[in-house]
Amino acid sequence: MNKYLFPRLFFLPLACIVFVNVACSQKYFTKNAQIGFFSDTPIEKIEAHNTTSNCVFDLATGRIEFSALIKGFQFERALMQEHFNENYLESDQFPKAIFKGQIDNYRKIDPAKNTKHIVRVSGELNMHGVSRSITAQAVIDVKDGNLKATSEFQIAVADFQVEIPSLVKDQIAKNVKVKVEATLKPLGK
Amino acid sequence: MRTYFLLITAFVCLASLKAQQDDLLSLLEEEETTEYINASFKTNRVINFHSLENTAGGVLDFKIGHRFGTLNGGFYELFGLDNATIRLGLDYGISDVFTVGLGRSSYQKTYDGYVKYKWLRQSTGKRNMPISAALLLTSAVQTLAWANPERDNFFSSRLYYTTQLIIGRKFNESFSLQLSPTMVHRNLVRTNTEKNDVYGVGAAGRFKLTKRISVNAEYMYLLPGQVASDIKPSLSLGFDIETGGHVFQLHFTNSTSMIEKGFIAENTNSWADGGIHFGFNVSRVFTIVRKKVPVI
Repeated sequence: MNKYLFPRLFFLPLACIVFVNVACSQKYFTKNAQIGFFSDTPIEKIEAHNTTSNCVFDLATGRIEFSALIKGFQFERALMQEHFNENYLESDQFPKAIFKGQIDNYRKIDPAKNTKHIVRVSGELNMHGVSRSITAQAVIDVKDGNLKATSEFQIAVADFQVEIPSLVKDQIAKNVKVKVEATLKPLGK
Repeated sequence: MRTYFLLITAFVCLASLKAQQDDLLSLLEEEETTEYINASFKTNRVINFHSLENTAGGVLDFKIGHRFGTLNGGFYELFGLDNATIRLGLDYGISDVFTVGLGRSSYQKTYDGYVKYKWLRQSTGKRNMPISAALLLTSAVQTLAWANPERDNFFSSRLYYTTQLIIGRKFNESFSLQLSPTMVHRNLVRTNTEKNDVYGVGAAGRFKLTKRISVNAEYMYLLPGQVASDIKPSLSLGFDIETGGHVFQLHFTNSTSMIEKGFIAENTNSWADGGIHFGFNVSRVFTIVRKKVPVI
């Protein structure tokens, strides 16, 4: 044991942490992910849009997470927005919708090459106090180091225990189309 | 010693990995936003009173107010159902905090108009504001034929003005309460014992029974010595029932008039004598100007 051993030993874990962090630091994010939903029935078309959702994607593991404030969804009609928050999604009690998932074939995404990748995303969507598994196809478009992710899928309103009174059941679709669009930039650079 | 450090190394690396796996969203700092508290009442009226709420910007609200006769009319009047007074009104939201309205009541053939500005909005988050407050200015012109056409009558004698401050809070999901200090000015009064300016304080609340049904109550206290002795304070109890674009308000009230100068300062019915009207308001909203929503 000599006197240099201690600094060397100290350096080792540090180097290791740095290495691990570098390896995992290929993260991408946005605070302006757009989420839209569309309810389409013969009587009424309803849509709402949220343009301030958070999204983080970890290129090293393929994990992707979204978070959207329910109150951030905007409707053309003020009363619909009020009812959406008060009666349907109960945003005071359940303020956020959160998706945590995994991109299956994430390894083929190379941020250095401008290409479009079609990928599969699966994970859990938590909304209105209910968690449901969701699987959807998404397109990841690599452009100049940024990733543009788009996806479209359907969710069943009843799955999330959103009650629709019989009086308006013909005006609100049982399955709502959800569109997601997020332009992700590298995190921490 | 060496093993010890290696262990730490391994542990720190793993922990670092683990932390990154757990919650990606926590990597983003959440910006604190101001969240406005909405829907303290289902519509912009409690029963007769203006509530804390405004008509949303770009929305037209068509109101039908209807009061049957009083219950003490007995069987002969079918407990009031033989008679009716109505008010038809239109409220329009210039913006989310500024509403204008017009109405016409059959009671004393009165036209009325108002402006209402919500200058404080209850909010949480970045800007924390415990209450909402609105200013209401109304005027009314009564167009009954002159009682004494032979004397000099002035148009100004037909005019009434109300200034009201509405201060309140949505305490939780189901309970909201408001106070409204009010001044009603009458250009002409019946006798010289009555004051032209009448001051009072109203209290109103609602309690939600279900998501779409609430029970509402309102009471107007008048300071003593301002009005004739037969004038009674207005007290109303009722339900709000919301069905999509409509709000139905069903209630019992001792006020015949549905506008401020009437139900505050001209109310002669008393609950004790059965001078109670059954009545309803129907509110139907139409979106005239759709909000611009950034679309994907």
